[in-house]
Amino acid sequence: MTTVLEVKDLKAYYGQTQALHGVSFELLEGGITTLLGANGAGKTTTLRAICNMVRTEGDVVFQGRSIRGQATESIVRLGFAHVPEGRGTFTTLTVDENLRIAAYTRSDKAAVKRDLDMVFEYFPRLRERIQQQAGTLSGGEQQMLAISRALMLGPRVMLLDEPSFGLAPLIVQEIFRIMRRINTEAKCSMLLVEQNAALALDLADHAYVLETGRVVMSGPSDVVKNDENIRKSYLGY
Amino acid sequence: MEQLMQQVVSGLANGAIYACVALALVMIFVSTDHINFAQGEMAMFSTYIAWQLMQWGAGFWPAFFIAIAVSFVGGLTIERVILRPLHTAPVLSIVVVFIGLLAICNSIAGSVWSYLIKEFPSPFPKDTFGLAGLIGPHQFGVVLVTIVVLSLLFVFFRFTPLGLAMRAAAQNPVSARLAGVRVDWMLALGWGLAAAVGAVAGTMVAHIVYLDPNMMGGILLYAFAGALLGGISNPGGAVLGGFMVGVLENLVAFIGNAIEKSFGVYIIGNGEKLTVALIIVITVLTVKPSGLFGRVVVKRV
Amino acid sequence: MATTETAAAADAVARQAATAEPPARAAAVKPWVWAVVAVAFVLPLLKFVIPGVISDYRLFVISTMMIAAIAVLGLNLLTGFNGQISLGHGAFYAVGAYTAAVMLDKISWMPDYYFLTIPAAAVMCFVVGYLFGLPALRLEGHYLALATFALALAVPQLLKYKWLEGLTGGVQGVVLLKPSPPFGLPLSEDQWLYYYILVIMVALYFIAFNILRGRNGRAMMAIRDHQMAADTMGIDTAQYKTVTFGISAAYTGIAGALSASAIAYVAPDSFGFFLSISLLIGLVVGGVASLAGSIIGGVFTVLVQNSAQALSKFVKNDLGLPFDLSAYAVYGILLLILMYVMPLGIAGGIVMAWRRLRG
Repeated sequence: MTTVLEVKDLKAYYGQTQALHGVSFELLEGGITTLLGANGAGKTTTLRAICNMVRTEGDVVFQGRSIRGQATESIVRLGFAHVPEGRGTFTTLTVDENLRIAAYTRSDKAAVKRDLDMVFEYFPRLRERIQQQAGTLSGGEQQMLAISRALMLGPRVMLLDEPSFGLAPLIVQEIFRIMRRINTEAKCSMLLVEQNAALALDLADHAYVLETGRVVMSGPSDVVKNDENIRKSYLGY
Repeated sequence: MEQLMQQVVSGLANGAIYACVALALVMIFVSTDHINFAQGEMAMFSTYIAWQLMQWGAGFWPAFFIAIAVSFVGGLTIERVILRPLHTAPVLSIVVVFIGLLAICNSIAGSVWSYLIKEFPSPFPKDTFGLAGLIGPHQFGVVLVTIVVLSLLFVFFRFTPLGLAMRAAAQNPVSARLAGVRVDWMLALGWGLAAAVGAVAGTMVAHIVYLDPNMMGGILLYAFAGALLGGISNPGGAVLGGFMVGVLENLVAFIGNAIEKSFGVYIIGNGEKLTVALIIVITVLTVKPSGLFGRVVVKRV
Repeated sequence: MATTETAAAADAVARQAATAEPPARAAAVKPWVWAVVAVAFVLPLLKFVIPGVISDYRLFVISTMMIAAIAVLGLNLLTGFNGQISLGHGAFYAVGAYTAAVMLDKISWMPDYYFLTIPAAAVMCFVVGYLFGLPALRLEGHYLALATFALALAVPQLLKYKWLEGLTGGVQGVVLLKPSPPFGLPLSEDQWLYYYILVIMVALYFIAFNILRGRNGRAMMAIRDHQMAADTMGIDTAQYKTVTFGISAAYTGIAGALSASAIAYVAPDSFGFFLSISLLIGLVVGGVASLAGSIIGGVFTVLVQNSAQALSKFVKNDLGLPFDLSAYAVYGILLLILMYVMPLGIAGGIVMAWRRLRG
């Protein structure tokens, strides 16, 4: 398998405060990598840094080419879909408009239509709510919408920021099941940030553990999962 | 009674102008949270451009459309050049910059075209237009043009991908960026459109209030009142609010007039127009800041 | 989203903190301030030494500068130190001027006791400002700017209101007499006016300085920097904001009253939006949240207004450009440039440069 995304010595700053102190990891083509760690470890910041949404240093290499310094919009157009923390719903737009805006940059109408059908197949509930204002959806539905928006971009890489956040366990299971399907069917590599380590390790093939802006541990998911020390010291379960 | 009807209908004509300016204000407000105090002066400037073109021999409509196009480019440029560097500046800096723009537009117009009041032609045929007795040809034309412009804008924002992208950028800039929308350009485009709509308002109202560099002061205040009344976060509401304050303005003058006639006491009249607007602005802001049709915005702290 | 906002907020706080520092650090009146005051008091006497330089007209110009400085100080108390933006302080200036003018005009013995117009104007404007501050409590940022903008536009019209015509003289305004020196002092009218205004200005600055360096001043600035935090620290923010509005209006109103005496004439159209912009530019040029800056701002606005004609002539005749350069245009251009080059105003810029020089 080839590497689709490589992050080298990534540093990030909020104003004067440094939030990442040189994070390096890679994501394999078609793989799912998860970033784990406690609150404030820098997981969300890493995703933001990849999309150049914070001030960064270091390098991000996508399919062999550096994308560092490019505007967020341009990075997205290269094939990144970032499902942001808090879902990023366009609350005053309808569900339909939310999906259409995600396909704004694509000109291939047939492919967009295909992806829309695919979205509705994954999340039939969204089809029922198509004309509803997105702000009125439930949390789980908004998360589905957020993933759907990401899919409508036709991405090569999906960056998912805590898709389980604030959702009921059943809904979380459903969403993770669909993420697995998306990964295999849509051939989309995923970088997953999660608080719920057990869940994330089940889905992912590789895991990196962050602590205060540094990678402190990494390895294949099942190794990390079965290492009691890591589990106890960093993942807390 | 007939007089009252007349007042209401001509109030609608004024309201159409207020609605245009209010819409321009809202377009900038929803995307940047800024209240553009220079909107009126920008519209005045556009009107002078149209006037100048007509002096050079252009017909009304060519001058009208060229002025709109120039205003569009001008608005876009102002956003890109002047406001872009201030995106994270404190509110006071931004307000000050708007006031600076206001002063510059006003004084440039004054120095290029002088502060003398000028006549501005009406493009609407005198005989065949309007409804006899109820509304004059120009007022009728103004309402018509406004409705056309507002409908075009509605279609643009509702049914075109670019319109959707602009709404998305205004509503949630971060998510819009993540959808590949060039948010900065959407803001600039919003400014351009706002300037263009302002140009329509200016060229339409100039025949009524005459052309001079201070012509938009009162109109801007009424547009603020209208936008606030309708809800400054809601374009449709702002348009309705614009029409409402237009009618309200005339009704107040009408009632004041009626009181003076029957009781011989002067209470309120045309001289207090701006005060009426002030009262509307403060009342709406304090009693119902989201306006009649606006959404309540919860502020992050 | 949240974090970028926090970063921006932190930046804003840092900027404001930078502006707030000079008055906070000044625990006592600095010696150079006394020196300036002393020079100001001796200035008219220099007439006997350098009669060519100190003329009555120049003293009058300085008087108007001091009036403008008081007005700008008033606005600064509200906007600079308390964070409430006002685009309509010209309105309070007008109320102060008219309070004084009406008293002087309608009460026969008043011209002999013209100094009573100052406390009267202060009380009147405090009440008006306090009342306007009540609805303003619910507004902040752009909305407050909008409400005060409306106030600035409406006031000249209100002054022409038919029922007030008997008092205000309508469009014509009121013509007054300049105050004459008391106790047979051997001073000209302009010299006396100069001292009269100087004493009031020093007193007002002294009061402002003492308010700001104490507990109340800290509360005002805490509200400016983060109202909710101030709330949770037990500061009665509503009370502070309305009272600050009142005091600010009173300061600007006193300036208005002084101007009525100095110019000996009031008319509605001299209190238009342009006046409010003048005060705003005085604030921004001098420096937001800077006491010394308010003086620079006051001096500056008068300089621009007085030299606008000369400037315009210069542009037309010497540069050969076909434009008038009005004071309005100068204001506009300066407002824009300052926001980019010197966001802390001239006073702030000097402090910054001084710090940089000292490393």
